[in-house]
Amino acid sequence: MDMKSLYLLVPLAPLAGAIVAGLFCRVIPRWLAHTATILGVAVAFITSIVIFQDVLAGNSFNGTVYQWLASGEYKFEVGFLIDKLTVTMMLVVTSVSLMVHLYTIGYMQEDPGYNRFFSYISLFTFSMLMLVMSNNFMQLFFGWEAVGLVSYLLIGFWYTRPTAIFANMKAFLVNRVGDFGFILGIGLVLAHFGSLDYATVFAKAPELANKTINIWGSADWSLMTVACICLFIGAMGKSAQVPLHVWLPDSMEGPTPISALIHAATMVTAGIFMVARMSPLFELSDTALSFVLVIGATTALFMGFLGIIQNDIKRVVAYSTLSQLGYMTVALGASAYSVAIFHLMTHAFFKALLFLGAGSVIIGMHHDQDMRNMGGLRKYMPITWITSLIGSLALIGTPFFAGFYSKDSIIEAVALSNIAGAKYAYFAVMAGVFITAFYSFRMYFLVFHGEERFGKAHHDHHGDHEDEEPADDHHHGLAPGQKPHESPWVVTVPLIALAIPSVIIGYIAIEPMLFGDYFKGVIHVNEEAHPVMEALHHHFHGAVAMALHAVTTPVFWLAFSGVALSWFFYMKRPDIPAAIKARFSGIYTLLDNKYYFDKFNEVVFAGGARLLGRGLWKGGDVALIDGLLVNGSARLVGAIASVVRFFQSGYIYHYAFTMIIGVFVLLTLWFNRA
Amino acid sequence: MSGYLLSLAIWTPIVAGLVVLFTGSDRNAPLARGLALLGAVLGLLVTLPLYTGFDKATSAMQFVEQASWIAPFNINYHLGVDGISMPFVILNAFITILVVLAGWKVIEQRVAQYNAAFLIMSGLLNGIFCALDGVLFYVFFEASLIPLYLIIGMWGGPNRVYAAIKFFLYTLMGSLLFLIALIYLFFQSGGSFSIQDWHQLPLDLTTQIWLFLAFLVAFAVKVPMWPVHTWLPDAHVEAPTGGSVVLAAIALKLGAYGFLRFSLPIAPDASHELSGLMIGLSLIAVIYIGFVALVQADMKKLVAYSSIAHMGFVTLGFFMLNPLGVEGALVQMISHGFVSGAMFLCIGVLYDRMHSRQIADYGGVVNTMPKFAAFFMLFSMANAGLPATSGFVGEFMVILGAVEYNFWVAFAAATTMIVGAAYTLWMYKRVVFGAVANSHVAELEDINAREFFFLAILALCVLGMGLYPLPFTEVMHASVNDLLQHVAQSKLQ
Repeated sequence: MDMKSLYLLVPLAPLAGAIVAGLFCRVIPRWLAHTATILGVAVAFITSIVIFQDVLAGNSFNGTVYQWLASGEYKFEVGFLIDKLTVTMMLVVTSVSLMVHLYTIGYMQEDPGYNRFFSYISLFTFSMLMLVMSNNFMQLFFGWEAVGLVSYLLIGFWYTRPTAIFANMKAFLVNRVGDFGFILGIGLVLAHFGSLDYATVFAKAPELANKTINIWGSADWSLMTVACICLFIGAMGKSAQVPLHVWLPDSMEGPTPISALIHAATMVTAGIFMVARMSPLFELSDTALSFVLVIGATTALFMGFLGIIQNDIKRVVAYSTLSQLGYMTVALGASAYSVAIFHLMTHAFFKALLFLGAGSVIIGMHHDQDMRNMGGLRKYMPITWITSLIGSLALIGTPFFAGFYSKDSIIEAVALSNIAGAKYAYFAVMAGVFITAFYSFRMYFLVFHGEERFGKAHHDHHGDHEDEEPADDHHHGLAPGQKPHESPWVVTVPLIALAIPSVIIGYIAIEPMLFGDYFKGVIHVNEEAHPVMEALHHHFHGAVAMALHAVTTPVFWLAFSGVALSWFFYMKRPDIPAAIKARFSGIYTLLDNKYYFDKFNEVVFAGGARLLGRGLWKGGDVALIDGLLVNGSARLVGAIASVVRFFQSGYIYHYAFTMIIGVFVLLTLWFNRA
Repeated sequence: MSGYLLSLAIWTPIVAGLVVLFTGSDRNAPLARGLALLGAVLGLLVTLPLYTGFDKATSAMQFVEQASWIAPFNINYHLGVDGISMPFVILNAFITILVVLAGWKVIEQRVAQYNAAFLIMSGLLNGIFCALDGVLFYVFFEASLIPLYLIIGMWGGPNRVYAAIKFFLYTLMGSLLFLIALIYLFFQSGGSFSIQDWHQLPLDLTTQIWLFLAFLVAFAVKVPMWPVHTWLPDAHVEAPTGGSVVLAAIALKLGAYGFLRFSLPIAPDASHELSGLMIGLSLIAVIYIGFVALVQADMKKLVAYSSIAHMGFVTLGFFMLNPLGVEGALVQMISHGFVSGAMFLCIGVLYDRMHSRQIADYGGVVNTMPKFAAFFMLFSMANAGLPATSGFVGEFMVILGAVEYNFWVAFAAATTMIVGAAYTLWMYKRVVFGAVANSHVAELEDINAREFFFLAILALCVLGMGLYPLPFTEVMHASVNDLLQHVAQSKLQ
């Protein structure tokens, strides 16, 4: 097979699986649904490896599959760009997706929507692959919205739960706010570059670097700044950056496998991927980069705080995802695109691992997600325990683990950056290290160590969602006296398979990805203006040296003290957190309400829109247009008619006389026309 | 044969309608239905050669027929289609089949008359898209009102008479000014009713503006544009499902088509002069109506308002006067034919079972009607403009065209991505998702084979056009380019 057919095979194999499992979900047996979809994704994964080797050998591809549309002088095409960035994403997406497919067999085995679920996750894999393999902005937007659709379907997978169907609509609409910016950005690109093809646009970018456009008043704005910020607003929606982050914690309403695949490892990193892909544009605007940096830093720090007070195991991991996405965004803002992609990759593995581990705990706990009902699970779920520990160690940046190499590089890069906002970002990512270590090990200790709290009087399963729960057998929890149990092999095998890269991938990949020429010609950095990577390279003396040197740095000791403090708080003196909560109830309330973002959106945007709609409808349509104009003119006609009625005498000669006069008048006008 | 394709497209459904009418009373209802379906299918078959035999390279009128009709006034039976009108002839013939199917089991009284009305209307609507003579256009334009008026007035809901009269008067008001404009043009052109002659007619700016405004009143009511849109929600709510489908899918396109056939080419300078006004009105339609749609409690009203907002995109696209805008608007018109037709059919499916259109009466429909829920999801997403559905293509093109025209126009138009998704998905959530809301929902039966068939065909259209819109725009290029070039040339001396 030639390479082009292989490229096509990668997205089409999961699509075929999705179609089989989806269209016939009501007739085919379960084994067929999961076999078809797993086969599709496995084919995609293996093919991606083949393509990876081909790309490593120095080949790349940029070509059209078919022309989608043509209008005026513009062409819109569906096509692939296969380079090292693409193939890295393809490997991450297909490998995590494969693990999640396998895991789903165990996780969803009792669910009546089994086949439908497999169809959705394969459809997601297809959409995500189309997104990353695209060679143009239009197809990127296609994939962008398609993954959003599948995310919508999956968050609302348990469609009878009010919280789930609220969360999925919220996710879709918040993402649409991002897409609103994104499409304007795409429009600016098309209007000024005349094409949506990456290669054409990037080649033309330098000559438009100083172009200004008139947006507001008489001030001239740099085209690059406006376009990049518009595009980045799209990334803020998809990658859940403040203030468009509000949908991600609620997306935990979906089944856990998709939290791992979509809301941690792949879809939410699409924004990071997009900015990295567009590095030739972002490099031309320091303003846009500063904007990216500040938004990322804010997300990294402030979302981390929220992780501290969560009791739902999935929500802790969700806030940690938000915070880590902030780290990646910070790296983008510091022009360390390759570091962002590097962290994206390591994060995909260890965060998928943490989510699937949390899912395994949830299975063991019979779908109870409240950490206050757990404790001491290490005895009952040894594989889940060890793999979760590995995931947590990787997340907090323990030397030699995957997360260490990527996160430390981000922190170093920010320290070296001289762009506006870099000082704030440096503070945020440093403080974030401590916070991350603290909440990660708070979760770890609460779940796997300490007193066994299960099988007793329950806290509400969802912690902060007390209003829900119709009779639903997905969420019952352990009965008194019942013990948790280790999950079946289809669950634990993916855990082990993900634990391996969570340990080693950073060590292996750091040198080629960050300092070799892996991303050469793919990611563009303006070395003169933003010499971050060069300086980083200067400090780098091999992966082992980096890990050994780390022990002497404050980053390591911040993480260490975070772990130590959580051990002291949750293992030694559980009374202290309670006392702090009581003492600083104001801060606690602020965090518990997630800085009031949700309330604000609900009142101002949702409420405001409904109020405006009702006002325009009742005031505009009903009262003014219909009431005054339409029915008013009807009344006017009625009034005139009562006068006109006078002429309807009923005598033929009246009518005849009027007609004759009329004919004469018309004839006069006719003959005297100009 | 091929010389009379357009006549066939017009008269096949009309003759079929008359035949159906002669089957008489409801004792022969099965025969009436069968003949109506046969007529509708024939009606589509005779239009297919219009696509296959269409020459994409030329902007000239094709399949032209010309015969003298009323010689003293130089009125001709003059037909022809170009890349702008041809797609709508086929769309119209296609929708007619769906309408006959949609009323198959539902309409039980005056079956022959019901089907005849739709067939005759289908022919008349084709006449509008094919007419190249001003009077012929006007006759079809007005005649098409009558069947629709009857459909709403006879097979409609409880408040049907008010809605029918409102609809009739609203549109009649517009067409009177249109008639005056036609007569004026007849005199100005030295006694010609040929629309193509009028395109070449030099006119001073004041005259152009008056003509433009006369056309505007006629066409704005049909589109409908804000603020002459309030007849549409009432008409939709009272109309039977088939009536709503034709109204949304085809009848709303007449006004927009009129802009392209009359306003832009006859009064190009006025079009430039007044484009700001038109864009302003279009943006009001997009934004204002979007918010109004958000708070509707009646599903049909919600979709009716959403239609107005989508048509706002069409007029917006036209008056930016760039290829992306005009072609995007045309694509949006075709797509809206599929999507709004499908949305009204979906609501009809629910209404046939529950006899309610109130969102509050539903909830958890997916539990009892999973197949329906899947179709409704697809069409809702298309209504919200999701990529890979037809609803995306036109919106995307118009927004991109708008950025080229003016950033803030694009900014305002793009808000539809948020508001459109909000009203559509919020409705979907309340109707379809959730636990079974009441005993009526618990007893719902999923769609039957007939319903599955028409929804599946529309689903294929929506997806097909979303994944591969090129064949739709290819046929338009020459005509749209020619139109834009024509509009760019001033008629002022």
